[in-house]
Amino acid sequence: MRRAFILLRRRLIGSIPVLLIVVVGTFLLLEAAPGDAVDAYIGTTGGDAGLIESLRQSWGLDQSAGTRLAAYLWSLAHLDLGYSVTFSRPIRDVIFERLPNTLLLMGSATALSFGLGSALGIVAGARPGSFRDRFLSIGSLALYAVPGFWLGLVLTVIFSVQLRWFPSSGIETIASGKTGFARTLDIAQHLALPVAALGVIYLALYLRIMRAGMAEVWRMDFVLAARAKGLSRRRIVIRHVARNALLPLVTMLGLQSAAMLGGSVVIESVFSVPGLGRLAQEAVSSRDTPLLLGIILVCAVLVIVINLVVDIFYAVLDPRVGASEEAA
Amino acid sequence: MTPRVSLQGLGVSYRRDGTEVEALRDISLEIRPGERLAIIGESGSGKSTLALAIAGLLPASTRIEGRIDWPELGRVPQNGRDIGFVFQDPASSLNPVLSIGEQIAEVAYTHLGLNWRQSYKRAEELLHRVHLPDPASALSAFPHQLSGGQRQRVAIAEAIAARPALLIADEATSALDTIVQAEIIRLIQELIAQDGMSLLFISHDIALASEIADRIAVFRYGRLIEIGDTDAIITAPAEAYTRQLLDAHMGLDVVPLLRRADARRPS
Amino acid sequence: MHRWFQDWSLPLGTDRLGRDVLAGLFHGARTSLAVGLASAATAIIIGTIVGTLAGFIGGLTDEVLMRVTDAFQTVPGFLLALAFVSVVGPSLFVVVLAIALGTWTGPARIARAEVLSIRERDYIASARVIGMPPLEIAFREVLPNALPPVLALSSVIVAAAILTEAALSFLGLGDPNRVTWGGMIAEGRTVLRSAPFLSIIPGIALVLTVLGVYLAGEGAVETTATRRGRS
Repeated sequence: MRRAFILLRRRLIGSIPVLLIVVVGTFLLLEAAPGDAVDAYIGTTGGDAGLIESLRQSWGLDQSAGTRLAAYLWSLAHLDLGYSVTFSRPIRDVIFERLPNTLLLMGSATALSFGLGSALGIVAGARPGSFRDRFLSIGSLALYAVPGFWLGLVLTVIFSVQLRWFPSSGIETIASGKTGFARTLDIAQHLALPVAALGVIYLALYLRIMRAGMAEVWRMDFVLAARAKGLSRRRIVIRHVARNALLPLVTMLGLQSAAMLGGSVVIESVFSVPGLGRLAQEAVSSRDTPLLLGIILVCAVLVIVINLVVDIFYAVLDPRVGASEEAA
Repeated sequence: MTPRVSLQGLGVSYRRDGTEVEALRDISLEIRPGERLAIIGESGSGKSTLALAIAGLLPASTRIEGRIDWPELGRVPQNGRDIGFVFQDPASSLNPVLSIGEQIAEVAYTHLGLNWRQSYKRAEELLHRVHLPDPASALSAFPHQLSGGQRQRVAIAEAIAARPALLIADEATSALDTIVQAEIIRLIQELIAQDGMSLLFISHDIALASEIADRIAVFRYGRLIEIGDTDAIITAPAEAYTRQLLDAHMGLDVVPLLRRADARRPS
Repeated sequence: MHRWFQDWSLPLGTDRLGRDVLAGLFHGARTSLAVGLASAATAIIIGTIVGTLAGFIGGLTDEVLMRVTDAFQTVPGFLLALAFVSVVGPSLFVVVLAIALGTWTGPARIARAEVLSIRERDYIASARVIGMPPLEIAFREVLPNALPPVLALSSVIVAAAILTEAALSFLGLGDPNRVTWGGMIAEGRTVLRSAPFLSIIPGIALVLTVLGVYLAGEGAVETTATRRGRS
């Protein structure tokens, strides 16, 4: 437990400069956008030069970039992400309203891909070179080449249009008034296809990594020693080989979290899931740059938190991590 | 006396890159109950192959000729239960992510029909037998927290956990410091005597072997050159190669060498 | 709109506006491959330079560059590309740069790791002794030797770039003057229930292309490995 805290503290301190760079970098990027929130507003509502001038003043957009950056950092310190013109609401509210849906989508997809992927990887890696190993290998390579949004459409055609097993959009039936277990089931039904579309591709990745890891661990001395001890094959495969091959897989979990978050942007668009990803697309199409900036920031924090959790999980699995610091 | 293990005409060939490489040719010897037999040879002599062959740990692609019999046993020998194997490098022969307790207990659990609690109890007893300090807390320790010598003690505990009839030590001290080496040798001797095991001691160091073995077998290029009682081999070797091995040894404090000098001195 | 295999002059049919699907596939192929290769090359160049400088110069430069790399890795690559294209405007050049911005961190880390181990080798020390200026050592001696592991990753980067470009085009952020597979899939989405083939066919083309890139990459890695092993 102590090891975990030492790790946590070190990583948290290290994340601050990174977040700062993200904020400043994204701010500068969005500075480069031609036009600003006022232009977007006027573009939809219409108005004259006088209105533009007064809006700029009241929204503080007539000041220099440096001043605005400083002001933005100051409000960030108060956890205020600004105001969205498109939604006429504070950005923080909009984002945190949508966040749980994305987390649900990503969490389920990760559970599916990691759980099923590593299990299939163990099956493939238990007997390297066998038929089922090669079948799973080739299958996973093909799956990894599939674009997520296209897979989403294909699944929609098969399961929603033809078979009518699952709905094709949204996160739950609107205004159905369902609660409790019935509501959970409803949400699960709606999320089934998006989770499959998002998760299947990473399933292929984890399968391949687990399989490769198993092939490498099989060659290690302690596996020969386990055989010399006369242990059952099942115990050798799971407790000795897979248990060690799991480690690089867990590392991958952290690294892939950012990619999966990006992937959810398209999947949420395809399935009209009201999450963070879809919000980003809406922000792009309505040129709401403060909203986009807020989303990028929240996503960066999310990635850092996920990586932290994964690192702690890794430290639990591998007793060698942080050992030198603990001893010191 | 019936031998514990009897090898007759044993030959082993590896298949590598399409060609067959002969590792052992026509080996016939026996390991008697309770005896300590040392296999001496340089690299490429086939001594490790012999150990792996007896333990049935050779890769599936090897070709094996001849016979390996266990007359006392009456059935096919099982790893862990009838044969205990101690490997050369304790740093890599222990699973880094499992606790020491689990790695010893699993042998007892698999072969002695004990439940896990009983197996861990037995593991603690074994850690005590191999003189590891504080056996109770060592159970939950991990390999990287121990020194090389301590790790090898754990490996020995794993090997004897199910009371095997034969203990194979394949260069078990070669990766250790000299002082630790001596301690491990003493430990092995103690355990062998207590449990009545036969010992197959593989080494390249003939002087080290002479300290522990009753009989010595000399191997070269996959063939058995000479075999006999330790005293006979050390003081009056029949083969020139054996004499070369003895001459190459540079230690000044080895009793057998002095004994040999004594034997040559006119008295 | 024609369905597929109805008319032999239009083997894969047409979309709602009567555009030939097969011709679209060929044009889309050009865009996908061009963007894939260009953005992979850009990512590798940027990454290798950053990684080499960080690894070779070390100290504060290394710290700063690594923090910047961390920042780029923390923001999801696709989101960054999305923001970049929407800010600067969709054109082929911008898309290439946007994808590269999200992908350069991988090569940077690999290059840096390689440089850290190469730095200590004897031929670098001798270059220093004969008075070669540090930057010249970095780019003439170190960089070429840090390249192989980065290049081993290149097919994966190209494949990912092709998929990212498709996703961007799908969302309407691709170059509007070019036919793209992602764009075709997006168009087909409007008639998904009645004519699913319009969305499905370009996707199959994508899968086959990406698969081909992977296999080509694995084949290249194997040939260089055996060649090096044999020599």
